[in-house]
Amino acid sequence: MSDLERLSDCHETDRAPGDQLRGEFSDGPKSYVIGLALASLLTVTSFYVSRTSLVWTPSIPVALSVLAVAQMGVHLVFFLHISSGPDSTNNVMALAFGILIVFLLIAGSLWIMSHLNHSMPPMEKVIQMQR
Amino acid sequence: MSDARTATGIDPYQLGHQQRHKRQYNAEHASRGLASKRIITGYGFWIFLLSDIIMFAAFFATYAVLSSATAGGPTGRQIFDIDNTAIETSCLLASSFTCGLASIGAERHRDSWFYGAMGITFILGATFIGLEIHEFAGLVKQGAGPERSAFLSAFFTLVGCHGLHVTVGLLWLLTMTAQVFAKGYRADVLRRILCFTLFWHALDIVWVALFTVVYLIGIT
Repeated sequence: MSDLERLSDCHETDRAPGDQLRGEFSDGPKSYVIGLALASLLTVTSFYVSRTSLVWTPSIPVALSVLAVAQMGVHLVFFLHISSGPDSTNNVMALAFGILIVFLLIAGSLWIMSHLNHSMPPMEKVIQMQR
Repeated sequence: MSDARTATGIDPYQLGHQQRHKRQYNAEHASRGLASKRIITGYGFWIFLLSDIIMFAAFFATYAVLSSATAGGPTGRQIFDIDNTAIETSCLLASSFTCGLASIGAERHRDSWFYGAMGITFILGATFIGLEIHEFAGLVKQGAGPERSAFLSAFFTLVGCHGLHVTVGLLWLLTMTAQVFAKGYRADVLRRILCFTLFWHALDIVWVALFTVVYLIGIT
């Protein structure tokens, strides 16, 4: 692709996911360096939190989930260059729909299965009932 | 105006957001037409990646439901080696970074930059796969294979599926390096490199969810 064509893409309409906006981070490795630094920080924090005794134990899974969501956000912004700009609208809409489906799938499965588990009698009782 | 556009078949689905420019349509967009191939290819691949992530979500849901169904076998806390996971994680994160550098190298047509970064990405990805195979082999050896319990079946399916994706990614990486070597930095090759980098970054995002849900929450 010629630079001219690329320039007109950036200024006029849409941007492919993964493409950087010209001038945003001067189109160089800067965004990847920032992303690597933030992601490393969040990863190290996750691994530290999982093994520390400093944090109240029941809060650890919640803390880990928050850190993971934050790190996925960092990856999306600094590695995949998904932004809130008008040229990225289509990418963001597709992403939002994907996140909705992922949420429904995981939360729905857990919800239904926990209800089923709850209303199922203990295994010994089932065996007794079958005799 | 929109009828005319549909009739001429220039932008029937208004992919290019061109409503804003209606008045300039004849002057400007007759020459521009659809959004460029790079944008359409990238967007299409983005849709594929999202559907791939939805497939991973199904495996995650399965794992979350079955993670306590150990059938008297080993639990996650007993079999997970977190140091191994930490090394795997740093390999994949660093490879995501070098993959980004390779895409810049490709766009600037810098041979040493592109080949160097792709080479490092390959080594890091291969190290990741090696560690994962080593971990799996160790688990099977100590009788904690996928047939032991529902928990382990779900574990091997989820982590193995990610590993399979990384393996395919490594093959794709070699293909792209060979294509640049044989064909140079042509527009179509650059579009494929764009898709490859998207794929590689998406795998790293899946791995973030994976090491958190499976390994870190598994040992707490």
